Amino acid sequence: MGFDFNNPFGSITELLTSLLINLGLPQPLVSVILAVVGAGILAGVTLTTAGVFNIWLERKIGARFQDRLGPNRVGPFGLFQGIADAIKLTLKEDITPTGADKVVFNVAPLLAVMSVVGLWAVVPFAPQLIGADLNVGVLYVVAIGGVGTLSVIMAGWSSNNKYALLGALRTVAMLISFEIPMVLVLLVPTMLAGSMGMVAIVNGQDVWFLLLAPVAAFVFFVSSLAEVGRTPFDLIEAESEIVAGYNIEYSGMKFGMFMVAEFFHSFTIGALFTVLFLGGWRGPGSETYPILGLVYFVAKTFFMYFIVMWIRYTFPRVRIDQMMALNWKFLTPLALVVVMATAVVDKLALSQGWPRTPVHLALNGTLVLLTLGLMQAYARALRRRVEGMRQPEAGEIAGAAVGPGS
Amino acid sequence: MTAMQAVFLLLGLVTFISAVMVVVSPQLIHAGLWLVLTLAGVAGLFVLLEAPFLAVVQVVIYIGAIAILIIFAIMLTRRMLRDEGRQLNSLWAGALVVTLILYAVLVFLILQEPSLAAASQPIQAESSVLLADLGRALVDVDRFILPFEVASVLLLAALIGAIYVARPMMAGEDRERQE
Repeated sequence: MGFDFNNPFGSITELLTSLLINLGLPQPLVSVILAVVGAGILAGVTLTTAGVFNIWLERKIGARFQDRLGPNRVGPFGLFQGIADAIKLTLKEDITPTGADKVVFNVAPLLAVMSVVGLWAVVPFAPQLIGADLNVGVLYVVAIGGVGTLSVIMAGWSSNNKYALLGALRTVAMLISFEIPMVLVLLVPTMLAGSMGMVAIVNGQDVWFLLLAPVAAFVFFVSSLAEVGRTPFDLIEAESEIVAGYNIEYSGMKFGMFMVAEFFHSFTIGALFTVLFLGGWRGPGSETYPILGLVYFVAKTFFMYFIVMWIRYTFPRVRIDQMMALNWKFLTPLALVVVMATAVVDKLALSQGWPRTPVHLALNGTLVLLTLGLMQAYARALRRRVEGMRQPEAGEIAGAAVGPGS
Repeated sequence: MTAMQAVFLLLGLVTFISAVMVVVSPQLIHAGLWLVLTLAGVAGLFVLLEAPFLAVVQVVIYIGAIAILIIFAIMLTRRMLRDEGRQLNSLWAGALVVTLILYAVLVFLILQEPSLAAASQPIQAESSVLLADLGRALVDVDRFILPFEVASVLLLAALIGAIYVARPMMAGEDRERQE
């Protein structure tokens, strides 16, 4: 059997299948074994390596942002720091606090990692390389996110610690709030591609959806940052306020699992953003050489991951009321408007035969201008109200009105 | 026994046991977590029936929203989240009679269904085609548009009601704290 370099993963599968069948195993068992092996390689080997590498990358880049060197002792450029940390965490004492609910306490970190790794089942890496091309891929992403929320609640409650509980409560409030604009905005790529399947969405992006729906992409990016609990939305573990949040009582590798889940989740939203808005594996030449598609996919994902880090090391944390106001007064209404406007305009463009890209760009430009105008008007009204409160006082003291903006 | 049947039995067992535990477990939070497992088991049954859309919707709505809201409500209202409620009150005998009657009626109705006797036919169509059909059926004038719209209006009313309840007092409106 020849090795087809244009479809390396398909060839490997064929090779292994024929090998196992020659050993005398029945066909259904072989496909089950191959599925388990494939999932094991993806989840166990690739993702763990990527996780360790990501932690190194993040610490290194974060250090450069802060004018430091970062890890540089273990291995070349400190590359093996992540492995050393993992060994250290494994060797640490595994503490279960008194009065903790043992089963729930131990299941929570498992669920946290599971919810992140599960997302990769529907991510298309390259033309033929995808775990499962569900026709409800987008919805699946949302569903798995719910499991992550559950793990936070379980961890916070079972720890028998008030800080953990407080952290869990505010985390869950944040996660379920930001899920709303995220789910709404996920409808936009779904509508544009005409399918919820990840492969169909990638195939539908002859023009990247980032160009067709920049506002939707922005809302998705911001709300998924909040879903991960990345700065500026890292109220989950605001050290100064709730010590460490829901995972305060965890030690050793169980804490490590929460940490890996968080790091890995921010890498995952990079991958999801790539698939939904940046054309996934598509790029020049990726149709003929699928392996090139994998390169494009990884490059785009790491670029988005870099942006996530960039934001993390640039912006300070927002207060919880500001964050809720951002969600309910800005992102959610904007997402609603974007979904409705995109639906109407896309249908019109299709039926009237208008060119799709300029129409959508014009729509998004109008939306941006409208939003900015509304925000300016709101800011003015707020300022006027503040002035109105201050006016009599200022008049009494100085005898002169204070002009706006002074 | 095929692999499918084994998986079905396993899922059914998990769903059943956890459903019983929802009612039996004395701690409210535990009951909530068992409820999550029950709902996940039902989602697994949907997957076995080759209805991935329903399975995913089950997880999104029931686990992702409803179960979490229930647990959230317990967390906000109960003292230390560890108080244990009694399982039974004085009306348990009446409740038992009513549930038994309901069970009998359900069994009777299901046995009336003629397609049960016939050998089950696997659905031929692709699940994506079925999904598109479901979408059209919800907005088709001849099929389910009325229940669909009624449900939408009901949800809208609930939404407006929630906003009204959560609103600060009208009188102090202009003094509302600046945020």
